[in-house]
Amino acid sequence: MGTEAMFGLTGKDFVILAADGQAAYSIIRLKNDADKIWKVGNMLFACSGPPADTANFMEFIEKNVKLNELRTGIPMSTKAAASFTRNELAHALRKGPFQADLLIGGIDNEGPSLYFMDYLASSEKVNKAAHGYGAMFTLGLMDRYWKPDLTEAEAIDIIKKCIKELETRFIVDLPGFKCKIVSKEGTKDVTL
Amino acid sequence: MAGGYDRAITVFSPDGHLFQVEYALEAVRKGTTTVGVKGKDCVVLAVERRATPKLQDPRTIRKILVVDDNIALTFAGLNADARVLVNKTRVECQSYRLNVEDAPTVDYVARFIARTQQKYTHRGGVRPFGISTLLGGFDSKGQPALFQTDPAGTYYAWKATAIGKNSKSVTDFLEKKYKEDLDEDAVRATVLTCLREALLVKPDATVKLALKGLLEVTEASGKNIEVVIIKESGITWMPDDTLEPLVKELDDTAEKIAKLKEQQ
Repeated sequence: MGTEAMFGLTGKDFVILAADGQAAYSIIRLKNDADKIWKVGNMLFACSGPPADTANFMEFIEKNVKLNELRTGIPMSTKAAASFTRNELAHALRKGPFQADLLIGGIDNEGPSLYFMDYLASSEKVNKAAHGYGAMFTLGLMDRYWKPDLTEAEAIDIIKKCIKELETRFIVDLPGFKCKIVSKEGTKDVTL
Repeated sequence: MAGGYDRAITVFSPDGHLFQVEYALEAVRKGTTTVGVKGKDCVVLAVERRATPKLQDPRTIRKILVVDDNIALTFAGLNADARVLVNKTRVECQSYRLNVEDAPTVDYVARFIARTQQKYTHRGGVRPFGISTLLGGFDSKGQPALFQTDPAGTYYAWKATAIGKNSKSVTDFLEKKYKEDLDEDAVRATVLTCLREALLVKPDATVKLALKGLLEVTEASGKNIEVVIIKESGITWMPDDTLEPLVKELDDTAEKIAKLKEQQ
């Protein structure tokens, strides 16, 4: 578990993800505007871990999801993408593991769905999820405020509460949070 | 048999032919007619779709295939070979993106397909791909480009061309009709007229019979023609409700021409 924070929620007809913008090299901050939320097909993947592993793994997944779409002519469902990603992590685990923790959000015929996945290749479909040290401070808040049929405004409000809490209680200052929403219309950035 | 020189593809005949490759080209000549025309800011590919049996799911028959975001391919020849070659190409496109973080250009993809096809004329224990492909997309300067590859592994760039059955008469027609910098509508119309032409000018049949045959397969509708427009913004299939009136219009002209010819 790294000194990172990324969390997400499912809403009525969307999934919202937020991640800090810190790229660290040892104890040195390289930059604070890193984008850890990747657009893969019509889904969003938030990925935390050492930048080398996350970039390598995400690019690999991104290209394979695209390849699948070209082959089949239909975009992958969120469930299929999560299963594929989990399988890749599991196969890599005892060979050349990727230290990549993921939150996968997407919307398809089954509606919005969010998957929590860690580098050991466990995968769980959830309504609220968090990775990194940030999880310790935000899960409780999300438990308190999340509800089914959450609107975008309400979800953004919860994300803001989570970030506020991190600023208050977490001894590490995590800068530059980025927040994105995926809905039927596609993906969009949210300015917090 | 050609004196045993058509057994292994890696063996030349004494007069310098690779018979298996030439047989593959024959498979292409028997394939469905496929037309490609380059315009000012687009490439249009059109293909004759053979009538699907009543009980078959038409979605399983694909004659125009997308290989990358901005690159589409049509082919003439063996369907199964096309599937395999296109899959190799799709993997290469994604692999290219992974390696250099950029979209492959259409000339790169054409070169890749040609390279792959050539390999299958050079190695032992394989047979050549029985297909020629027409590839539409954009080059590194963002200009539209149209490429052709064949079973021998050669590739060509064209302004407009055709492969498959009756390709000779279609290319003759294109040579007469092609103009530089055509816009999307003009390119579409040219391509469609070509397909009509191809179906009309069946070498061994009278115009009347050809037209009859044509109506037999197409039911005078756009159902048996597939048209795709490749623009920088993406690849779009021409919807049936746009295609059909256009085909009808061209069909009427074809009929008039046929009548005129008959009167002569």
